[in-house]
Amino acid sequence: MRFVIVAGTPSSGKTSVMIHTISHLLNEGLSVAVCKIDCLETSDDVRYRRLGVAVAVGLADYICPDHFYVANLEEIERWAKEQKADLLVLETAGLCHRCAPAVHTCLSVCVIDNLIGIDTPRKVGPMLSTADVIVITKGDMVSQAEREVFRFKVSEVNPGARILDLNGLTGQGSLSLKNEILNSALPTEISGKELKYPMPAAICSYCAGETIVGKSYQMGNVKKVDFGRME
Amino acid sequence: MMLKKITILGGSDKDGAAEKVRRLDIQAGQVLSVVGPTGSGKTQLIADVEQYAEEETLTGRSILVNGQPVDKDRHKSSLRYMVAQVSQNMHFVIDMSIEDFLLMHAQVRAIDDPAKTIKDVLSIANRLSGEPISLQMNLTRLSGGQSRALMVADVALISNSPVVLIDEIENAGINRLEALHILTGRGKIVLVVSHDPTLILMAGERVVMKNGGMHKVFKTAPEEKQILENLIEIDKEFVSLREKLRYGKSVGVAGSNKEGVALWPKF
Ligand SMILES: Nc1nc2c(ncn2[C@@H]2O[C@H](COP(=O)(O)OP(=O)(O)O)[C@@H](O)[C@H]2O)c(=O)[nH]1
Ligand SMILES: [Mg+2]
Repeated sequence: MRFVIVAGTPSSGKTSVMIHTISHLLNEGLSVAVCKIDCLETSDDVRYRRLGVAVAVGLADYICPDHFYVANLEEIERWAKEQKADLLVLETAGLCHRCAPAVHTCLSVCVIDNLIGIDTPRKVGPMLSTADVIVITKGDMVSQAEREVFRFKVSEVNPGARILDLNGLTGQGSLSLKNEILNSALPTEISGKELKYPMPAAICSYCAGETIVGKSYQMGNVKKVDFGRME
Repeated sequence: MMLKKITILGGSDKDGAAEKVRRLDIQAGQVLSVVGPTGSGKTQLIADVEQYAEEETLTGRSILVNGQPVDKDRHKSSLRYMVAQVSQNMHFVIDMSIEDFLLMHAQVRAIDDPAKTIKDVLSIANRLSGEPISLQMNLTRLSGGQSRALMVADVALISNSPVVLIDEIENAGINRLEALHILTGRGKIVLVVSHDPTLILMAGERVVMKNGGMHKVFKTAPEEKQILENLIEIDKEFVSLREKLRYGKSVGVAGSNKEGVALWPKF
Protein backbone atom coordinates (compact mmCIF):
# COMPACT_ATOMS: atom_id res chain seq x y z
CA MET A 1 0.00 0.00 0.00
CA ARG A 2 1.28 3.44 -0.93
CA PHE A 3 1.25 6.01 1.86
CA VAL A 4 0.94 9.69 0.98
CA ILE A 5 1.21 12.33 3.69
CA VAL A 6 -0.30 15.71 2.88
CA ALA A 7 0.54 18.80 4.90
CA GLY A 8 0.50 22.53 4.26
CA THR A 9 -0.46 25.95 5.48
CA PRO A 10 -4.09 26.56 6.57
CA SER A 11 -6.61 26.79 3.70
CA SER A 12 -3.91 26.35 1.09
CA GLY A 13 -6.09 23.86 -0.78
CA LYS A 14 -4.93 20.50 0.60
CA THR A 15 -8.37 18.92 0.44
CA SER A 16 -9.25 20.45 -2.93
CA VAL A 17 -5.97 19.26 -4.44
CA MET A 18 -6.32 15.74 -3.09
CA ILE A 19 -9.95 15.41 -4.19
CA HIS A 20 -8.98 16.09 -7.81
CA THR A 21 -5.97 13.82 -7.57
CA ILE A 22 -7.85 10.97 -5.92
CA SER A 23 -10.51 11.07 -8.66
CA HIS A 24 -7.77 10.44 -11.23
CA LEU A 25 -6.40 7.60 -9.11
CA LEU A 26 -9.87 6.06 -8.79
CA ASN A 27 -10.15 6.24 -12.59
CA GLU A 28 -6.98 4.17 -12.77
CA GLY A 29 -8.74 1.51 -10.72
CA LEU A 30 -6.94 2.11 -7.42
CA SER A 31 -8.70 1.68 -4.13
CA VAL A 32 -8.11 4.67 -1.87
CA ALA A 33 -8.56 5.33 1.86
CA VAL A 34 -8.33 8.82 3.35
CA CYS A 35 -7.62 9.81 6.93
CA LYS A 36 -7.82 13.39 8.13
CA ILE A 37 -5.97 14.49 11.26
CA ASP A 38 -6.95 17.82 12.77
CA CYS A 39 -7.02 19.63 16.11
CA LEU A 40 -10.56 20.37 17.19
CA GLU A 41 -12.91 19.83 14.28
CA THR A 42 -13.04 19.25 10.55
CA SER A 43 -15.60 18.92 7.79
CA ASP A 44 -13.15 17.59 5.21
CA ASP A 45 -14.45 14.04 5.79
CA VAL A 46 -17.75 15.08 4.20
CA ARG A 47 -15.92 16.27 1.09
CA TYR A 48 -13.79 13.12 0.82
CA ARG A 49 -16.80 10.84 1.35
CA ARG A 50 -18.40 12.26 -1.78
CA LEU A 51 -15.67 10.42 -3.70
CA GLY A 52 -17.06 7.16 -2.36
CA VAL A 53 -13.79 6.25 -0.60
CA ALA A 54 -13.23 5.02 2.96
CA VAL A 55 -12.70 8.00 5.29
CA ALA A 56 -11.54 8.25 8.90
CA VAL A 57 -11.03 11.31 11.10
CA GLY A 58 -8.67 11.75 14.04
CA LEU A 59 -8.98 14.82 16.27
CA ALA A 60 -6.04 15.60 18.55
CA ASP A 61 -8.25 17.61 20.91
CA TYR A 62 -6.22 18.18 24.11
CA ILE A 63 -3.06 16.47 22.82
CA CYS A 64 -0.33 18.22 20.87
CA PRO A 65 -1.45 17.59 17.26
CA ASP A 66 2.02 16.65 16.06
CA HIS A 67 2.55 14.05 18.75
CA PHE A 68 -1.00 12.79 18.24
CA TYR A 69 -0.22 12.39 14.53
CA VAL A 70 2.96 10.39 14.96
CA ALA A 71 1.53 8.25 17.73
CA ASN A 72 -1.30 7.12 15.45
CA LEU A 73 0.50 6.30 12.21
CA GLU A 74 0.55 2.55 12.76
CA GLU A 75 -3.14 2.47 13.65
CA ILE A 76 -4.06 4.57 10.63
CA GLU A 77 -2.06 2.29 8.38
CA ARG A 78 -3.73 -0.79 9.83
CA TRP A 79 -7.17 0.75 9.33
CA ALA A 80 -6.40 1.56 5.69
CA LYS A 81 -5.21 -2.00 5.08
CA GLU A 82 -8.46 -3.29 6.53
CA GLN A 83 -10.24 -1.13 3.94
CA LYS A 84 -8.22 -3.02 1.30
CA ALA A 85 -6.74 0.23 0.09
CA ASP A 86 -3.91 0.40 -2.48
CA LEU A 87 -3.27 3.95 -1.41
CA LEU A 88 -3.61 5.75 1.90
CA VAL A 89 -3.88 9.54 1.86
CA LEU A 90 -3.29 11.17 5.24
CA GLU A 91 -4.22 14.85 5.30
CA THR A 92 -2.83 16.64 8.31
CA ALA A 93 -3.96 20.03 9.54
CA GLY A 94 -3.25 22.11 12.59
CA LEU A 95 0.37 21.00 12.92
CA CYS A 96 2.55 23.81 14.20
CA HIS A 97 5.19 25.24 11.89
CA ARG A 98 7.89 23.82 14.11
CA CYS A 99 6.99 20.30 12.99
CA ALA A 100 6.91 18.30 9.81
CA PRO A 101 4.89 15.12 9.35
CA ALA A 102 7.22 13.64 6.70
CA VAL A 103 8.30 10.04 7.30
CA HIS A 104 11.14 8.42 5.36
CA THR A 105 9.81 6.16 2.54
CA CYS A 106 6.33 7.75 2.51
CA LEU A 107 5.62 10.33 -0.18
CA SER A 108 5.20 13.65 1.57
CA VAL A 109 3.33 16.42 -0.18
CA CYS A 110 3.28 20.01 1.04
CA VAL A 111 0.55 22.30 -0.30
CA ILE A 112 1.19 26.02 -0.18
CA ASP A 113 -0.67 28.83 -1.94
CA ASN A 114 0.43 31.85 -3.93
CA LEU A 115 -1.44 34.26 -1.65
CA ILE A 116 0.47 33.78 1.58
CA GLY A 117 3.25 36.19 0.71
CA ILE A 118 6.75 35.71 -0.64
CA ASP A 119 8.47 35.73 2.75
CA THR A 120 6.26 32.96 4.10
CA PRO A 121 7.98 29.97 2.43
CA ARG A 122 11.00 30.74 4.59
CA LYS A 123 8.86 30.76 7.73
CA VAL A 124 6.91 27.58 6.99
CA GLY A 125 10.03 25.67 7.94
CA PRO A 126 10.49 21.90 8.03
CA MET A 127 7.00 21.12 6.72
CA LEU A 128 8.12 22.65 3.43
CA SER A 129 11.80 21.77 3.47
CA THR A 130 11.24 18.03 4.10
CA ALA A 131 8.55 17.56 1.43
CA ASP A 132 9.19 15.36 -1.62
CA VAL A 133 6.59 17.15 -3.69
CA ILE A 134 5.47 20.75 -3.24
CA VAL A 135 2.14 21.79 -4.69
CA ILE A 136 1.56 25.50 -5.27
CA THR A 137 -2.11 26.50 -5.55
CA LYS A 138 -4.13 29.64 -6.33
CA GLY A 139 -1.97 30.63 -9.28
CA ASP A 140 -5.21 31.80 -10.88
CA MET A 141 -5.38 34.64 -8.34
CA VAL A 142 -1.98 36.19 -9.08
CA SER A 143 0.04 37.38 -12.05
CA GLN A 144 2.59 35.40 -14.05
CA ALA A 145 5.37 37.44 -12.41
CA GLU A 146 4.10 36.69 -8.91
CA ARG A 147 3.82 32.98 -9.70
CA GLU A 148 7.40 32.88 -10.92
CA VAL A 149 8.81 34.81 -7.96
CA PHE A 150 6.85 32.75 -5.45
CA ARG A 151 7.95 29.48 -6.98
CA PHE A 152 11.55 30.65 -6.84
CA LYS A 153 11.21 31.48 -3.13
CA VAL A 154 9.76 28.01 -2.52
CA SER A 155 12.57 26.31 -4.42
CA GLU A 156 15.13 28.17 -2.32
CA VAL A 157 13.70 26.56 0.82
CA ASN A 158 13.62 23.07 -0.70
CA PRO A 159 15.81 22.81 -3.81
CA GLY A 160 15.39 19.04 -4.11
CA ALA A 161 11.60 18.86 -4.22
CA ARG A 162 9.46 18.52 -7.33
CA ILE A 163 7.29 21.62 -7.52
CA LEU A 164 3.88 21.45 -9.19
CA ASP A 165 1.43 24.22 -9.98
CA LEU A 166 -2.09 23.08 -9.31
CA ASN A 167 -5.43 24.84 -9.42
CA GLY A 168 -7.56 23.50 -6.58
CA LEU A 169 -10.77 24.80 -8.16
CA THR A 170 -10.43 23.33 -11.65
CA GLY A 171 -7.96 20.54 -10.90
CA GLN A 172 -5.56 21.76 -13.59
CA GLY A 173 -2.20 20.19 -12.81
CA SER A 174 -3.63 17.33 -10.74
CA LEU A 175 -2.60 14.77 -13.37
CA SER A 176 1.02 15.54 -12.57
CA LEU A 177 0.41 14.92 -8.88
CA LYS A 178 -1.33 11.65 -9.74
CA ASN A 179 1.77 10.63 -11.70
CA GLU A 180 4.07 11.60 -8.83
CA ILE A 181 2.04 9.35 -6.54
CA LEU A 182 1.99 6.43 -8.96
CA ASN A 183 5.74 6.74 -9.50
CA SER A 184 6.58 6.93 -5.80
CA ALA A 185 8.22 3.96 -4.11
CA LEU A 186 6.06 1.41 -2.33
CA PRO A 187 6.91 1.54 1.38
CA THR A 188 6.90 -1.73 3.26
CA GLU A 189 5.38 -0.85 6.60
CA ILE A 190 5.31 2.33 8.60
CA SER A 191 6.53 0.64 11.84
CA GLY A 192 10.17 1.37 12.43
CA LYS A 193 10.37 4.13 9.83
CA GLU A 194 11.85 7.44 10.85
CA LEU A 195 10.47 10.97 10.96
CA LYS A 196 12.50 13.22 8.68
CA TYR A 197 12.47 15.95 11.29
CA PRO A 198 12.26 15.31 15.04
CA MET A 199 9.35 16.73 16.99
CA PRO A 200 9.99 19.15 19.85
CA ALA A 201 10.17 17.94 23.41
CA ALA A 202 7.11 19.23 25.21
CA ILE A 203 6.77 17.71 28.61
CA CYS A 204 5.71 20.54 30.85
CA SER A 205 2.75 21.20 33.13
CA TYR A 206 0.82 22.83 30.26
CA CYS A 207 1.04 19.58 28.30
CA ALA A 208 -0.80 18.06 31.22
CA GLY A 209 -3.62 20.57 31.26
CA GLU A 210 -2.27 23.41 33.41
CA THR A 211 -3.91 26.76 32.51
CA ILE A 212 -2.57 29.25 35.06
CA VAL A 213 0.25 31.62 34.06
CA GLY A 214 3.19 31.81 36.43
CA LYS A 215 6.47 30.21 37.39
CA SER A 216 5.12 28.28 40.33
CA TYR A 217 2.68 26.49 38.03
CA GLN A 218 5.42 25.37 35.66
CA MET A 219 7.05 21.97 35.86
CA GLY A 220 9.12 19.78 33.64
CA ASN A 221 10.79 20.88 30.41
CA VAL A 222 10.46 24.70 30.44
CA LYS A 223 12.48 27.00 28.20
CA LYS A 224 12.68 30.76 28.79
CA VAL A 225 13.27 33.66 26.40
CA ASP A 226 16.91 34.79 26.35
CA PHE A 227 16.67 38.59 26.51
CA GLY A 228 20.42 38.97 26.19
CA ARG A 229 20.35 37.82 22.58
CA MET A 230 21.73 40.39 20.15
CA GLU A 231 20.44 40.57 16.55
CA MET B 1 15.31 24.31 -27.15
CA MET B 2 14.21 26.79 -29.87
CA LEU B 3 10.45 26.85 -30.24
CA LYS B 4 9.30 26.97 -33.85
CA LYS B 5 5.86 25.46 -33.73
CA ILE B 6 3.15 24.17 -31.43
CA THR B 7 0.62 21.61 -32.63
CA ILE B 8 -2.69 20.79 -31.00
CA LEU B 9 -3.98 17.32 -31.90
CA GLY B 10 -7.74 17.11 -31.49
CA GLY B 11 -9.37 14.99 -28.80
CA SER B 12 -13.07 14.95 -28.01
CA ASP B 13 -15.79 17.43 -27.10
CA LYS B 14 -18.08 17.45 -24.05
CA ASP B 15 -20.18 14.58 -25.42
CA GLY B 16 -17.13 12.46 -26.17
CA ALA B 17 -17.48 12.97 -29.95
CA ALA B 18 -14.24 13.57 -31.87
CA GLU B 19 -13.36 17.23 -32.28
CA LYS B 20 -13.93 18.50 -35.82
CA VAL B 21 -10.47 20.03 -35.97
CA ARG B 22 -7.99 17.16 -35.80
CA ARG B 23 -4.79 19.14 -36.07
CA LEU B 24 -3.92 22.78 -35.53
CA ASP B 25 -0.38 24.13 -36.08
CA ILE B 26 0.68 27.48 -34.66
CA GLN B 27 4.02 28.86 -35.88
CA ALA B 28 6.35 31.22 -34.02
CA GLY B 29 5.26 34.83 -34.56
CA GLN B 30 1.68 33.78 -35.18
CA VAL B 31 -1.40 34.91 -33.25
CA LEU B 32 -4.30 32.52 -32.87
CA SER B 33 -7.52 33.82 -31.42
CA VAL B 34 -9.84 31.47 -29.61
CA VAL B 35 -13.50 32.39 -29.95
CA GLY B 36 -16.86 30.98 -28.96
CA PRO B 37 -19.66 31.52 -26.45
CA THR B 38 -19.13 31.24 -22.71
CA GLY B 39 -18.72 27.60 -21.71
CA SER B 40 -17.65 26.48 -25.19
CA GLY B 41 -14.20 25.35 -23.99
CA LYS B 42 -11.93 28.34 -24.70
CA THR B 43 -10.19 28.39 -21.33
CA GLN B 44 -9.74 24.61 -21.36
CA LEU B 45 -7.96 24.84 -24.72
CA ILE B 46 -5.54 27.36 -23.23
CA ALA B 47 -5.10 25.13 -20.18
CA ASP B 48 -4.27 22.13 -22.40
CA VAL B 49 -1.53 24.10 -24.13
CA GLU B 50 -0.23 25.35 -20.80
CA GLN B 51 0.20 21.88 -19.35
CA TYR B 52 1.25 20.20 -22.62
CA ALA B 53 -1.67 17.79 -22.52
CA GLU B 54 -0.75 14.21 -23.33
CA GLU B 55 -4.18 12.75 -24.04
CA GLU B 56 -4.78 12.63 -20.30
CA THR B 57 -6.76 15.80 -19.74
CA LEU B 58 -10.55 15.84 -20.00
CA THR B 59 -10.38 16.70 -23.69
CA GLY B 60 -7.91 13.98 -24.65
CA ARG B 61 -5.89 16.44 -26.74
CA SER B 62 -2.14 16.14 -27.27
CA ILE B 63 0.29 18.96 -27.70
CA LEU B 64 3.38 18.65 -29.89
CA VAL B 65 6.33 21.01 -29.66
CA ASN B 66 8.25 21.42 -32.93
CA GLY B 67 6.25 18.48 -34.24
CA GLN B 68 7.37 16.10 -31.48
CA PRO B 69 5.60 14.82 -28.39
CA VAL B 70 6.91 16.46 -25.25
CA ASP B 71 9.22 14.51 -22.99
CA LYS B 72 7.94 16.09 -19.80
CA ASP B 73 10.49 14.50 -17.52
CA ARG B 74 13.52 15.41 -19.56
CA HIS B 75 12.47 18.96 -20.41
CA LYS B 76 10.52 19.77 -17.29
CA SER B 77 12.39 22.92 -16.30
CA SER B 78 12.81 24.35 -19.79
CA LEU B 79 9.15 23.65 -20.56
CA ARG B 80 8.04 25.49 -17.48
CA TYR B 81 9.56 28.66 -18.81
CA MET B 82 8.04 28.26 -22.26
CA VAL B 83 4.56 29.47 -21.45
CA ALA B 84 3.55 32.70 -19.78
CA GLN B 85 -0.05 33.49 -19.08
CA VAL B 86 -1.80 36.81 -18.72
CA SER B 87 -4.90 35.67 -16.88
CA GLN B 88 -8.08 37.42 -15.91
CA ASN B 89 -6.97 38.73 -12.54
CA MET B 90 -6.63 42.48 -12.28
CA HIS B 91 -4.65 43.04 -9.10
CA PHE B 92 -1.32 42.17 -7.55
CA VAL B 93 -1.28 40.59 -4.09
CA ILE B 94 2.40 41.00 -3.25
CA ASP B 95 2.86 43.99 -0.98
CA MET B 96 6.03 45.74 -2.17
CA SER B 97 7.18 48.54 -4.45
CA ILE B 98 7.09 48.02 -8.21
CA GLU B 99 10.85 48.56 -8.37
CA ASP B 100 11.74 45.95 -5.74
CA PHE B 101 9.35 43.45 -7.23
CA LEU B 102 10.54 43.85 -10.82
CA LEU B 103 14.15 43.56 -9.68
CA MET B 104 13.29 40.36 -7.85
CA HIS B 105 11.52 38.95 -10.88
CA ALA B 106 14.42 39.93 -13.13
CA GLN B 107 16.74 38.04 -10.77
CA VAL B 108 14.51 34.94 -10.90
CA ARG B 109 14.59 35.05 -14.70
CA ALA B 110 18.36 35.76 -14.74
CA ILE B 111 17.98 38.97 -16.79
CA ASP B 112 21.33 40.49 -17.82
CA ASP B 113 20.74 44.17 -17.20
CA PRO B 114 17.95 44.35 -14.61
CA ALA B 115 18.11 48.13 -14.06
CA LYS B 116 17.62 48.88 -17.74
CA THR B 117 15.01 46.16 -18.21
CA ILE B 118 12.78 47.42 -15.43
CA LYS B 119 12.91 50.95 -16.89
CA ASP B 120 11.75 49.49 -20.20
CA VAL B 121 9.00 47.55 -18.45
CA LEU B 122 7.82 50.74 -16.82
CA SER B 123 7.80 52.71 -20.04
CA ILE B 124 5.78 50.01 -21.81
CA ALA B 125 3.37 49.85 -18.87
CA ASN B 126 2.91 53.61 -19.14
CA ARG B 127 2.21 53.35 -22.86
CA LEU B 128 -0.56 50.85 -22.11
CA SER B 129 -2.11 52.48 -19.08
CA GLY B 130 -4.08 55.71 -19.06
CA GLU B 131 -2.95 56.53 -15.54
CA PRO B 132 0.77 57.08 -15.00
CA ILE B 133 2.79 54.49 -13.07
CA SER B 134 6.07 55.06 -11.24
CA LEU B 135 8.61 52.61 -9.84
CA GLN B 136 8.04 53.76 -6.25
CA MET B 137 4.33 52.86 -6.25
CA ASN B 138 3.20 49.87 -4.24
CA LEU B 139 1.93 46.96 -6.33
CA THR B 140 -1.20 46.45 -4.26
CA ARG B 141 -2.28 50.08 -4.65
CA LEU B 142 -2.40 50.01 -8.46
CA SER B 143 -5.75 50.31 -10.21
CA GLY B 144 -7.01 47.43 -12.34
CA GLY B 145 -5.81 49.14 -15.53
CA GLN B 146 -2.37 49.95 -14.11
CA SER B 147 -1.94 46.41 -12.79
CA ARG B 148 -2.93 44.85 -16.10
CA ALA B 149 -0.58 47.19 -18.01
CA LEU B 150 2.31 46.23 -15.76
CA MET B 151 1.48 42.51 -16.05
CA VAL B 152 1.55 42.71 -19.85
CA ALA B 153 4.82 44.68 -19.87
CA ASP B 154 6.39 42.21 -17.46
CA VAL B 155 5.33 39.20 -19.55
CA ALA B 156 6.72 40.90 -22.65
CA LEU B 157 10.16 41.74 -21.23
CA ILE B 158 10.95 39.79 -18.07
CA SER B 159 9.05 36.51 -18.35
CA ASN B 160 9.77 36.70 -22.08
CA SER B 161 8.47 33.18 -22.80
CA PRO B 162 8.08 32.04 -26.41
CA VAL B 163 4.40 31.19 -25.85
CA VAL B 164 1.99 33.70 -24.37
CA LEU B 165 -1.57 32.85 -23.40
CA ILE B 166 -3.96 35.75 -22.96
CA ASP B 167 -7.39 35.40 -21.42
CA GLU B 168 -9.88 38.18 -22.16
CA ILE B 169 -7.59 41.18 -22.27
CA GLU B 170 -10.47 43.44 -23.36
CA ASN B 171 -11.65 43.70 -19.77
CA ALA B 172 -8.43 45.32 -18.78
CA GLY B 173 -9.08 49.01 -19.36
CA ILE B 174 -5.75 49.39 -21.16
CA ASN B 175 -4.75 50.02 -24.74
CA ARG B 176 -5.32 46.43 -25.80
CA LEU B 177 -4.27 46.73 -29.44
CA GLU B 178 -0.94 48.16 -28.37
CA ALA B 179 -0.66 45.38 -25.78
CA LEU B 180 -1.10 42.72 -28.45
CA HIS B 181 1.45 44.43 -30.71
CA ILE B 182 4.00 44.49 -27.91
CA LEU B 183 3.48 40.82 -27.12
CA THR B 184 3.57 39.59 -30.71
CA GLY B 185 6.46 41.83 -31.67
CA ARG B 186 9.14 39.33 -30.70
CA GLY B 187 8.32 36.20 -32.65
CA LYS B 188 6.19 34.73 -29.89
CA ILE B 189 3.30 32.35 -30.32
CA VAL B 190 0.28 34.14 -28.90
CA LEU B 191 -3.09 32.59 -28.09
CA VAL B 192 -5.79 35.14 -27.31
CA VAL B 193 -9.15 34.23 -25.86
CA SER B 194 -11.40 37.08 -26.87
CA HIS B 195 -14.93 38.32 -27.56
CA ASP B 196 -13.65 41.54 -29.10
CA PRO B 197 -13.96 41.71 -32.94
CA THR B 198 -10.87 43.92 -33.28
CA LEU B 199 -8.66 41.55 -31.31
CA ILE B 200 -10.16 38.49 -33.02
CA LEU B 201 -9.42 39.89 -36.48
CA MET B 202 -5.92 41.00 -35.52
CA ALA B 203 -5.01 37.33 -35.28
CA GLY B 204 -3.96 35.62 -38.50
CA GLU B 205 -6.19 32.68 -37.63
CA ARG B 206 -9.03 31.94 -35.30
CA VAL B 207 -10.36 28.71 -33.93
CA VAL B 208 -14.05 28.53 -33.12
CA MET B 209 -14.95 26.49 -30.04
CA LYS B 210 -18.24 24.66 -29.67
CA ASN B 211 -19.44 22.29 -26.94
CA GLY B 212 -15.91 21.86 -25.59
CA GLY B 213 -14.36 21.03 -28.95
CA MET B 214 -12.38 22.84 -31.67
CA HIS B 215 -15.10 23.24 -34.28
CA LYS B 216 -13.57 25.19 -37.14
CA VAL B 217 -10.45 27.14 -38.06
CA PHE B 218 -10.63 30.34 -40.12
CA LYS B 219 -7.79 32.27 -41.72
CA THR B 220 -8.49 35.98 -41.46
CA ALA B 221 -9.69 36.83 -45.00
CA PRO B 222 -8.59 39.95 -46.95
CA GLU B 223 -12.11 41.42 -46.60
CA GLU B 224 -11.91 40.84 -42.87
CA LYS B 225 -8.57 42.63 -42.76
CA GLN B 226 -10.31 45.59 -44.42
CA ILE B 227 -12.96 45.50 -41.72
CA LEU B 228 -10.16 45.33 -39.17
CA GLU B 229 -8.70 48.60 -40.55
CA ASN B 230 -12.07 50.28 -40.01
CA LEU B 231 -12.38 48.83 -36.53
CA ILE B 232 -8.95 50.14 -35.61
CA GLU B 233 -9.98 53.62 -36.77
CA ILE B 234 -13.18 53.37 -34.73
CA ASP B 235 -11.13 52.20 -31.79
CA LYS B 236 -8.79 55.19 -32.05
CA GLU B 237 -11.76 57.50 -32.26
CA PHE B 238 -13.25 55.82 -29.22
CA VAL B 239 -10.07 56.15 -27.19
CA SER B 240 -9.67 59.78 -28.17
CA LEU B 241 -13.27 60.55 -27.19
CA ARG B 242 -12.81 58.81 -23.89
CA GLU B 243 -9.64 60.73 -23.11
CA LYS B 244 -11.22 64.06 -24.03
CA LEU B 245 -14.18 63.39 -21.80
CA ARG B 246 -11.99 62.22 -18.95
CA TYR B 247 -9.87 65.35 -19.13
CA GLY B 248 -12.76 67.77 -19.07
CA LYS B 249 -13.23 68.62 -22.75
CA SER B 250 -16.46 68.76 -24.70
CA VAL B 251 -16.92 66.62 -27.78
CA GLY B 252 -18.94 67.01 -30.97
CA VAL B 253 -19.35 70.78 -30.38
CA ALA B 254 -17.93 73.11 -33.06
CA GLY B 255 -14.50 74.27 -32.06
CA SER B 256 -14.16 71.73 -29.30
CA ASN B 257 -11.21 70.08 -31.00
CA LYS B 258 -9.12 73.24 -30.95
CA GLU B 259 -6.42 73.73 -28.39
CA GLY B 260 -7.07 76.14 -25.59
CA VAL B 261 -10.83 75.80 -25.42
CA ALA B 262 -11.95 77.20 -22.09
CA LEU B 263 -12.84 74.41 -19.73
CA TRP B 264 -16.29 74.33 -18.18
CA PRO B 265 -17.48 77.36 -20.21
CA LYS B 266 -20.94 77.19 -18.69
CA PHE B 267 -19.77 77.73 -15.16
N1 LIG C 1 -8.91 30.52 -6.51
C1 LIG C 1 -8.48 29.36 -6.00
N2 LIG C 1 -9.02 28.89 -4.86
C2 LIG C 1 -8.58 27.72 -4.37
C3 LIG C 1 -7.55 26.98 -5.02
N3 LIG C 1 -7.32 25.87 -4.28
C4 LIG C 1 -8.17 25.91 -3.23
N4 LIG C 1 -8.94 27.02 -3.28
C5 LIG C 1 -9.95 27.44 -2.29
O1 LIG C 1 -9.31 27.65 -1.05
C6 LIG C 1 -10.16 27.29 0.04
C7 LIG C 1 -9.47 26.29 0.97
O2 LIG C 1 -9.35 25.06 0.27
P1 LIG C 1 -9.25 23.66 1.06
O3 LIG C 1 -9.05 22.62 0.02
O4 LIG C 1 -10.38 23.48 1.98
O5 LIG C 1 -7.90 23.91 1.87
P2 LIG C 1 -7.23 23.08 3.08
O6 LIG C 1 -7.71 23.71 4.33
O7 LIG C 1 -5.78 23.28 2.88
O8 LIG C 1 -7.65 21.66 2.93
C8 LIG C 1 -11.42 26.75 -0.59
O9 LIG C 1 -12.38 27.79 -0.60
C9 LIG C 1 -10.99 26.39 -1.99
O10 LIG C 1 -12.06 26.46 -2.90
C10 LIG C 1 -6.99 27.51 -6.24
O11 LIG C 1 -6.07 26.96 -6.87
N5 LIG C 1 -7.49 28.70 -6.67
MG1 LIG D 1 -8.50 20.39 4.38
